[in-house]
Amino acid sequence: MIINEFRMTVDSRSVNESFSRATVAAFAAQLDPTLEEINDIKTAVSEAVTNCIVHGYKNEVGKIYITVKIHNDNRVIITIRDKGCGISDIKKAREPLFTTLGGDRAGLGFSVMESFTDKLLVRSKIGVGTTVTLCKKIHGRTK
Amino acid sequence: MSVKTDFDGEILYCRLSGEIDHHTALPIRLEVDDKIENCRPKNTILDFTDVTFMDSSGIGLVMGRYKLLSEFNGTLEVTGLSNNAYKVMRLAGLDRIATITKGVKK
Ligand SMILES: Nc1ncnc2c1ncn2[C@@H]1O[C@H](COP(=O)(O)OP(=O)(O)OP(=O)(O)O)[C@@H](O)[C@H]1O
Ligand SMILES: [Mg+2]
Repeated sequence: MIINEFRMTVDSRSVNESFSRATVAAFAAQLDPTLEEINDIKTAVSEAVTNCIVHGYKNEVGKIYITVKIHNDNRVIITIRDKGCGISDIKKAREPLFTTLGGDRAGLGFSVMESFTDKLLVRSKIGVGTTVTLCKKIHGRTK
Repeated sequence: MSVKTDFDGEILYCRLSGEIDHHTALPIRLEVDDKIENCRPKNTILDFTDVTFMDSSGIGLVMGRYKLLSEFNGTLEVTGLSNNAYKVMRLAGLDRIATITKGVKK
């Protein structure tokens, strides 16, 4: 059961990367997460938002839609969606070191999201956009 | 985000501070690469002690500097990593191309 929900929309500008991860982490703070759990959330959100900016909206500025849902069993479900170019082969995109950009991109964004959360879902359609869902259970400091 | 550098004739020391993401990685890269090109150091140390956040852009930053340095056999050391940054770097296998160490807890 969802006990609290938050939505926001930001432009796909790189200055919004730090704003987005800090805001999502601040909302998740009500579950009393450990410092490490907060860092895991920030890192995974940063990866997903950066991907919308550098890949989804490569040659344009579009909107990034973020929702955070808190469930009564201490799970945080974060969705990050763009209406950008989409991914043709999701399985391939999720492989470690796979990147279509090169330069200083390592091709590890999805691997980082996977290892810093409990579950990662990726849905995408060419020309329509991409939705990334991150699930993480917060064990917190007290439990 | 800022970078302070110091070169003693052999070792190029770069102290990074603040948050490293896609937005901030570019100015850091330009600054560090400029020093590497000019100094041609034998060894380069990237000190992460004052880095408060890092995502995979930090991996790209380290990998890219490694590639540049290996063009003239320069070595790379990454020090002062937080638990989180250490986790990200290990995930990327950076321990195979550079010496990476965690910082002491303050
Ligand atoms: N939102 C998106 N829209 C379109 N393509 C995407 C999106 N997210 C990821 N991709 C594709 O999946 C590939 C892998 O993404 P991943 O985040 O793992 O690596 P990267 O972004 O290329 O590099 P890094 O995240 O290490 O800087 C990308 O290179 C890109 O082709
Ligand atoms: Mg990425």
